[in-house]
Amino acid sequence: MDAKELISRRVAREIRSGMLVNLGIGLPSMVANYVPANLGVFFQAENGIIGLGARPPEGMEDEDLTDAGGGFVTAVPGAASIDSAMSFALIRGGHLDMTVLGGLEVDARGYLANWKVPGKMVPGMGGAMDLVAGARRVVVAMQHAARGASKIVPLCKLPLTATRRVDLIVTDLAVIRPEEDGLHLIERAPGVSIAEVLAATTAPLHVGDNVPEMELA
Amino acid sequence: MKRALKADAAAELVTDGATVLIGGFMGVGSPHRMIDALVARGVRRLTIVANDTARPGVGIGKLVTAGAVARLITSHIGLNPETQAKLISGEIAVELVPQGTLIERIRAGGVGLGGVLTATGLGTEVEDGKQVIEVDGRRFLLEHPIRGDFALIAARQADYNGNLEYSLTAHNFNPVMALAADTVIAEAEHIVPVGVIPPDAVKTPGVLVDHLLERAPQGAH
Repeated sequence: MDAKELISRRVAREIRSGMLVNLGIGLPSMVANYVPANLGVFFQAENGIIGLGARPPEGMEDEDLTDAGGGFVTAVPGAASIDSAMSFALIRGGHLDMTVLGGLEVDARGYLANWKVPGKMVPGMGGAMDLVAGARRVVVAMQHAARGASKIVPLCKLPLTATRRVDLIVTDLAVIRPEEDGLHLIERAPGVSIAEVLAATTAPLHVGDNVPEMELA
Repeated sequence: MKRALKADAAAELVTDGATVLIGGFMGVGSPHRMIDALVARGVRRLTIVANDTARPGVGIGKLVTAGAVARLITSHIGLNPETQAKLISGEIAVELVPQGTLIERIRAGGVGLGGVLTATGLGTEVEDGKQVIEVDGRRFLLEHPIRGDFALIAARQADYNGNLEYSLTAHNFNPVMALAADTVIAEAEHIVPVGVIPPDAVKTPGVLVDHLLERAPQGAH
């Protein structure tokens, strides 16, 4: 199992029956693959659909039905199409139960940076700032390190996405819960030791007596 | 009743230097024939307000490639490296706005409101230079309304009163932009006789639409 699949399978376990969930583009969008179809979850894409379905079979794409990354999708029975004002009314207004986003850095305060690398990459924030400010639960799904450097840092150097503490960080090495007093290591990936997680993380981590291995969907 | 314009005649209406709201999300729900006609007429120095600039060669990306854009107010340019390069070289002045704030600023411009109070962007670069207003103990950024000289929008179906019906994720910014410009030009896939679109299906009432674009020629898209 590669890192992305591992992360997606762990994040999928956070999703409960009846939730309205927004998955970011890239890695977070893979989470849907591991959520049982009969769970009664509605996926929202911020470009304007509640009830996002799987990729259509080749030849059955509808050019007016895409996800926020512009890829072709389907709509499940009972789906609703909405305009951008309604879409962000749901996000900002506290109607969205969970968002799963990628990250460039998360720091000891639980603050996320994921929209800009000054001088190098200026993609823009898209819907990320609204999602982090407005969703009831924010889950960051990302690789623990990039080119050997920890992405979980004492203090974000990159521009922040919001000053709201995210609720959970899921990486290929660990599950970490930001709280008032800092970051808590609550689970480790199968076969990964606590020492390995600590060695790969530059932010300080609180480690309890019992840090079980992740259970995967 | 509205007379449908040919795309080149509609493009003549859009003056160089104008502020133009353009519907679409990664090219889905963008007025593609209108964009092609603007590129063909060689329009210059536009201020474009749009969710994104799609990809090079797609939708609004064609206006970027053609050098028609001086200023851009948008939420995302990550999938168009040409826009990013023109931002870095200084050819296009880009204001990045959170997507939910962008749609509400346009809505405010269209519905007679003096601005939007939102918590999105607090404590980030987006806050720089903006007024923070406290309401019932909660802090919000004051975001100003946006209006355009023109709104170029796309719909699935129009009637000759200008009533519009949209399709799936091709709604996006279009219904809101129809409120927020001095001149609204709508490009629909189909134009049907008045009465064919049921009142409950109308998402943009025709009173907001100034011009329709002629149907696409047979066989073209």
